[in-house]
Amino acid sequence: MNLNEYISSGILELYVYGALPEQESIAVTTELKKHPEILKEVEEIENALSQLSTAAAPYNPEALLFSIQQKITNKTNTATVREHPASQKKNNLVLYISWAASIALLIGLISVINQRNKLRENINAVSANNVQLEEQIDDAQNNAKKTKELLNVFRNKDIISVPLAGQDVAPTAYAAIHWDEKNKQVYVDAKDLPKPPQGKEYQVWSLTLEPLTPTSIGLLSNFNEDENKIFILENPNSSQAFGITLEPKGGSKTPTMEQLYTLGVIKNS
Amino acid sequence: MQEQPDGLIAELQAKNPKAFERIYERYSESTFGIINSIIHDKHLAEEILQDVFIKIWNNAEKYNSSKGRFFTWILNIARNAAIDKTRSKAYKNKQKNLTTEYFVDIIEEKTSLSSKVDAIGIKKYINVLKPYCKKIINLLYFQGFTQAEASEELDMPLGTIKTRNRNCMNKLREILTS
Repeated sequence: MNLNEYISSGILELYVYGALPEQESIAVTTELKKHPEILKEVEEIENALSQLSTAAAPYNPEALLFSIQQKITNKTNTATVREHPASQKKNNLVLYISWAASIALLIGLISVINQRNKLRENINAVSANNVQLEEQIDDAQNNAKKTKELLNVFRNKDIISVPLAGQDVAPTAYAAIHWDEKNKQVYVDAKDLPKPPQGKEYQVWSLTLEPLTPTSIGLLSNFNEDENKIFILENPNSSQAFGITLEPKGGSKTPTMEQLYTLGVIKNS
Repeated sequence: MQEQPDGLIAELQAKNPKAFERIYERYSESTFGIINSIIHDKHLAEEILQDVFIKIWNNAEKYNSSKGRFFTWILNIARNAAIDKTRSKAYKNKQKNLTTEYFVDIIEEKTSLSSKVDAIGIKKYINVLKPYCKKIINLLYFQGFTQAEASEELDMPLGTIKTRNRNCMNKLREILTS
């Protein structure tokens, strides 16, 4: 016999329900005496049903025991002889039951209060957590919004992208400028510029060539704090090239050419 | 996990009153629940419970362990007593509209704390059971239907009752152990 198949056939549940014909029931009893696995399964089923039924009881009927015992003794004994000890027993039992009931009630109350306090603490912790999560969601939404805006910029075909290569002072520096000529805005991607030293700032210049004329279009302020290192500046000029120099904080009127970090010329297509 | 207390049952059969007390302690609340699920009336359920345990005392020697579990033996006595009561004229006049899966309602409405099981815990999860599971467990277990009767009542093929009930019981056991 395959034990697993036998167990999963569902016959054991019906056995515990008392829903099997007598002969089949006797056969199951024989099997469970032979196989501890079957006995264990039957015990588990019985246990589950016992719990389920207990949960469906209105309350624990402990208090009815006494009346049942009385009915049993009244039936088995002729009333007269045992009257006295029986009534004494009754008093003791009533006392015992009332004590037991009071103690049970007390224990019940204490455990309810404990549970309530625990639940309160849980609620507080959960709501604090909630606030944090909400803030995180807010941040994430803001970031997502920014990213989406930037994506739109980079996908716009009217945007002119100019790579700015590193110069003598910083050969490995790199930046890119995306110029939205129609809206007179540039997006400076400065991710690969080195951190400016204390008291200095990067300044972005629009250049026209022949003659070389630089016009400041703005500073990359708060460089270190900016997370994505993308800066948006106004550029109303008809630029031919862009350059970025390192200047004293607040910027300069004309670029300090020795501190030219990156430079890029717009290719006419 | 509780095993069947065979020694205690033997003592009960030998008419030991102490053994009766312990049997009562062990089986009375679940038996009360079975009766209450059938009769839907606390007061009547108390009455029937008393009759059932008097019968258990008087007929203990009739329990034969080769025919089934002691739990099942008590279940049968309780179910029969409760169902008999529902067939009485007085009861029929009193109760009209009974919902079918009453055990679920009882558990859901339960407020008493004095129970041996964590009824509040069970209450939280009992509705996870699929509707047909509630029906099938109610009919086969609480109402004592045979497979054939349950198959007809639920309009399910006879061959599937046993395995469906097994699946439902597995779900119930998951609920109870969680």
